Amino acid sequence: MSCWAIRGQTEYFRATAARKYLVSPRIAARGDSETLSPGTVPLDLPSSRPHFSHLPLCRQPVARSFQSCYREVFVHIPDGFLSTPVWATMDVAAVPAVGVLVRRAQRGFDESKVPLLGVMGAFVFAAQMINFPVGIGTSGHLVGAALLAITLGPAPATVVMTAILAIQALVFQDGGILALGANITNMAVAGTLAGYLPFHFWGAGKWRKASIFLGGLLSVLVSAVLALAQLFVSGVTMPASVLGISLALFVVSAALEGAITLAVVQSLEAINPGFVRKPESRGSFALGTLASAAVLLAAIGVLFASTQPDGIEKLAQTTGISAHAKALFTTPLTDYQAGFFSAPWLRRASAGLAGLGLIYGACVLFGRVVSRKRGA
Amino acid sequence: MHHVVLEQWSRRESVLHRRDPRAKIVALLVFLIAVATTRHGFLPAGAAYLTMLLAVILWARLPLWNALGRAAVVLPFTLVFAIITVIAGDVERAGLLLGKSYLSALAVLVLVSTTPLPRLLRGLELLGVPRFLLMVAQFLYRYLFVISEEAQHMRVAAASRRTAKAARAARFRAAAGALAVLFARSYARAEAIHRAMVARGFQGRFRLLSMLRFQWADGLFLLAAAAAPAAVRFAAEVRL
Amino acid sequence: MRQPLIEVRGLHFHYEDGTPALNGVDFQLFPGETVALLGANGSGKTTFVLHLNGLLTGEGSVTVCGMRVDKDTLPKVRQKIGLVFQDSDNQLFMPTVIEDVAFGPLNMGLSRDQAVARARAALEQVGMSAAVNKAPYHLSAGEKKRVAIAGILAMDPEILILDEPTTFLDPPGQRALAELLDRLPQAKILVTHDVEFAMTLANRAVFFANGKLAGEGTVTDIVQRFGWNQAHWRSQSCTSER
Repeated sequence: MSCWAIRGQTEYFRATAARKYLVSPRIAARGDSETLSPGTVPLDLPSSRPHFSHLPLCRQPVARSFQSCYREVFVHIPDGFLSTPVWATMDVAAVPAVGVLVRRAQRGFDESKVPLLGVMGAFVFAAQMINFPVGIGTSGHLVGAALLAITLGPAPATVVMTAILAIQALVFQDGGILALGANITNMAVAGTLAGYLPFHFWGAGKWRKASIFLGGLLSVLVSAVLALAQLFVSGVTMPASVLGISLALFVVSAALEGAITLAVVQSLEAINPGFVRKPESRGSFALGTLASAAVLLAAIGVLFASTQPDGIEKLAQTTGISAHAKALFTTPLTDYQAGFFSAPWLRRASAGLAGLGLIYGACVLFGRVVSRKRGA
Repeated sequence: MHHVVLEQWSRRESVLHRRDPRAKIVALLVFLIAVATTRHGFLPAGAAYLTMLLAVILWARLPLWNALGRAAVVLPFTLVFAIITVIAGDVERAGLLLGKSYLSALAVLVLVSTTPLPRLLRGLELLGVPRFLLMVAQFLYRYLFVISEEAQHMRVAAASRRTAKAARAARFRAAAGALAVLFARSYARAEAIHRAMVARGFQGRFRLLSMLRFQWADGLFLLAAAAAPAAVRFAAEVRL
Repeated sequence: MRQPLIEVRGLHFHYEDGTPALNGVDFQLFPGETVALLGANGSGKTTFVLHLNGLLTGEGSVTVCGMRVDKDTLPKVRQKIGLVFQDSDNQLFMPTVIEDVAFGPLNMGLSRDQAVARARAALEQVGMSAAVNKAPYHLSAGEKKRVAIAGILAMDPEILILDEPTTFLDPPGQRALAELLDRLPQAKILVTHDVEFAMTLANRAVFFANGKLAGEGTVTDIVQRFGWNQAHWRSQSCTSER
């Protein structure tokens, strides 16, 4: 090869790489034509479709789901899990909530914000590919509800999360359609708003970092607890030990989300302080603690109430629903109650513990194998 | 890639592809509700539901085994819960979980495989879903893979620079930095898109092309597609 | 004396943080001309071009087709000026090609059928009729660029402004683009670093430096006067044969 050709190639690759990958954040943030390639054609990288295209078709959906099962922090409830009163109520509850939030996000009839919200929704999807190393064999990824709320505002963030859930349910069959009301309420509404709450109250003072961390933590924890609660009320049986492990996992995932959100917000501020909203300056510590605690307690309260079948049954009877409901839908809550307190419970609990551990281990292993193959 | 395949399928030609999305959406909802509320006699009812879906898949000229395989994406997650349920002693419920979630996923797959997403969103708009939300979803889908490819390139670049000895904390911070850069680039892209919209006369409200016309064939399809699962549901109830 | 299509007098512009971007720019574009804007990154070329259709507002006067560019004339100005951005992905934001190309006409107030007709005609003009129902994501860079141009042509503009059009294009794509632009009758402004491309199409060039016009002439003149070429270092530093 001629001198020029080799030199040209090297210069070309180096220049493109510098521009595409190693470019300083400040330049990347401006993104206008003046800072982009002066005439050189950027490298046409192999169209690197993310995820599992290297696997044979039969293994792709399995691989995807295994990854989701060990990494999925947000519980996308599929159809068939929730009992009819639960999914129907959640659908009915979600409609006005989403309507109100859409109107708030839209501010009148202006649709100018659509590209921003859409693109940031795509960002959240894409952000799942960036791995945050956590420990032995695991890595986490950003969920994004709290980050969106802190940067775009709570109402727009809710709309973005709703759109994300809709696309996931429709295009990727990740989460059910009838269960969409529940998923939206858990993640897009409760999770996002819970993620914003600490920042709203304490984001202006010296508790700023803690408030961002707490926001990330709450967004995941509240949505997970609500999802669990809905599953319990629907009669999905789970021995107490498994429940304990699930909650522990959720707390760990929630803390991870808090850490990731905080780290990303700090990096964002270094690029452009304007990205992060200014929270309102009435930083009342007491009010903030109260609000956050109230949210968390409410979520946990729902969870525990749902494991007390008496409460639900009594409610159903007093409102007269149960008489009609029994004809069409039966709740297996009575079965659950029997299972929970009888002697074989201990045996089942330890079996459940072992089973869960096995499944979790398998997921971690499979996920690591897959991610290594992906050339991470 | 899953979405690419579904997109290709959704642009094929068949009688089902030509139906109004509103009819298909309502038919899907009826089917999902029938499946979800079936409690007794799930084995025969489930077989009937599956047969209906198989018939629709063949009628829409979609590749059968491919479609059945893709719907199985929901199974691993459901399997975890099913195993827990079996261990807790309720085998019947585990079967219900698996069966219902698979049937539902397959039904949604059929809808999305016979309706291009923009048309589907227009159908939802006409059924009352807020337009703002649907437009956000439309833009999200349009830029989903553009941004994902950017993220993929950043991952490759970061990986090629990373040494095995890098401390976890440093890698954590590097990942956060990468995300922040991706955020900034996405934000800048959104501004550029807005500028391009305004440059072509955008004044705050989208004026869209697609018009949907509900025809007799759509009405007939809806009646048939709603009656079948409803009948099975009723039969399952009455038999008990 | 021909009336200029675009007349800019004394254009000044500052960024939000106060840094000056344009320091008094005077510029004219006449019908049928193709003008190349050359200059270093950050010299103000793109910023200047964004003032022409009112995306940015600075001090000084910008007149397009006899209209002063201000709040009231913006819709008409934006129909007269078609701006093709560097990254076609940011310009093709609708889910299908036909919807995207029809976006402009629909915003101009045309009916659905009229907009579709205009869109089809524009796609025919750029040779992309086959892609009518395709999603932009599946098009190649060159095809996206042509669809973007179609989206502009559908609005029937009198002036085309292209910002770094050859970025992302391979040489055959660049050649195809040059041929297409050559066929179009509109007056054109090309913001570009690709000197060869400019030489093929432009009959005039202006050189931007520090937010002002530092020179005007043919492309070859500008290249020689400001040393604005890529071949220079190659012949000097590489001793072995090509």
